[in-house]
Formats: sequence, C-alpha cells, structure tokens
Amino acid sequence: MGVVLDGLSWALLLAGSFFVITGGVGLLRFPDVYSRMHAAGMTDTLGAALFIAGLAVQGGFTLITVKLLMILLFIFFTSPTATYALANAVWSSGVRPKRRDGTACEAIDRSDEPSKS
Amino acid sequence: MMFAVAAAALLVTMLLALLRAYVGPTLYDRILAVNTFGTKTVLMIAVLGFLMGRPDFLDIALVYALINFIGTIAVLKFFRYGDLGRAGEGDS
Repeated sequence: MGVVLDGLSWALLLAGSFFVITGGVGLLRFPDVYSRMHAAGMTDTLGAALFIAGLAVQGGFTLITVKLLMILLFIFFTSPTATYALANAVWSSGVRPKRRDGTACEAIDRSDEPSKS
Repeated sequence: MMFAVAAAALLVTMLLALLRAYVGPTLYDRILAVNTFGTKTVLMIAVLGFLMGRPDFLDIALVYALINFIGTIAVLKFFRYGDLGRAGEGDS
C-alpha cells in the first residue's frame, strides 16, 4: 500500500513541478503583460493544487492534510482574485493587449452591436 | 528524495520569477513576478516542512499565503487609485 501512495505522490509532485516550471518559462517568454499574467496566474493555481495534493497523499488522514487543504482553498480563492486585480490595474493604466502584428487592440466599443434589450 | 525534486523545481521557478522581476519592463510585470514568487514561496515552505519532518511549517505557509495576497492587493490599490485611501474618508 505504501508503494502505491508513494508512486501517486511522486506523480502528483512531478506533474506539479512540470506545470510550475512551464508557468515560470511562460512568465519569461511571453510578449506582453497580459499574456504573462495568463501564463503565471493559471499555472500558479494548478501547480499549487498538484503540489498540495501530492503532499496531502503523504500526509494521510491527519491534521496535516486539513491544513494543506486550507492552504489550497485559500490559494484557489486568492490567486485568481490577485490576477484579476492586476489586470484591472494594468487596463486602467492604459496598457492594451498587443496583437500578433504588434498593434495594440483598442477598447471594445459596443456602439455597433445590436442592443440586447 | 521526492521532496528534494519538488523543491528543486520550485527553486527554478522562483529564479525565473526573479529574473522577470529584474527584467520586467513595466511596473506591473514586477508586481506579477513578485506575486508569483510569493505563491511559490508558500509551496516551498510546505515542501520543506515535509522534507525536514516539521509539520508545523504548514501554519507558516498558510500565514505567508495570507500576507502575500494582502501585500499584492495593497500595492495594486496604491498604483491603481494613487493612494491607499485618505485618512478620515470612507473607502469609496
């Protein structure tokens, strides 16, 4: 039984490491703030979830796992919120996402859309 | 052994985040990098807690996650609204 659990936490930790490192690489290589935010924000949450799951398997049904799940729950709520606040701050500071050909896309004006009412 | 591998992966990511914080052209790249660094520190504390057989590290990791979030939101609020709310005025 021990080997199965160890193997499971090995797999979870390795998957978490993979996603965490891809997030780090994405943080470096992406062209502008919005795409970096996309890379870092997403893999933050997923990497943390896999890491904590891997540790929880090692912890078994003890208080340790409860604490780990508290950390996971907190990260699930705050990581997207922090990324949203960052995106709000970047958007209001006037920076617009860049298109592939380098032109910044203007704010979406909804004047030509058929009104939904 | 497995925790050492996990800690190494976290260390690499933290270095990448620090590199982005150093290189980052705009202010918001740096805030994003510091926020990512903080989240990875939380995981690093948890992994090291397991590595050294100290389960009480998880409380430190939880508190660090709280502080990291509040710090990021405070910095963002400062740069978004110019200040953190003038004294004596409601948080409109």
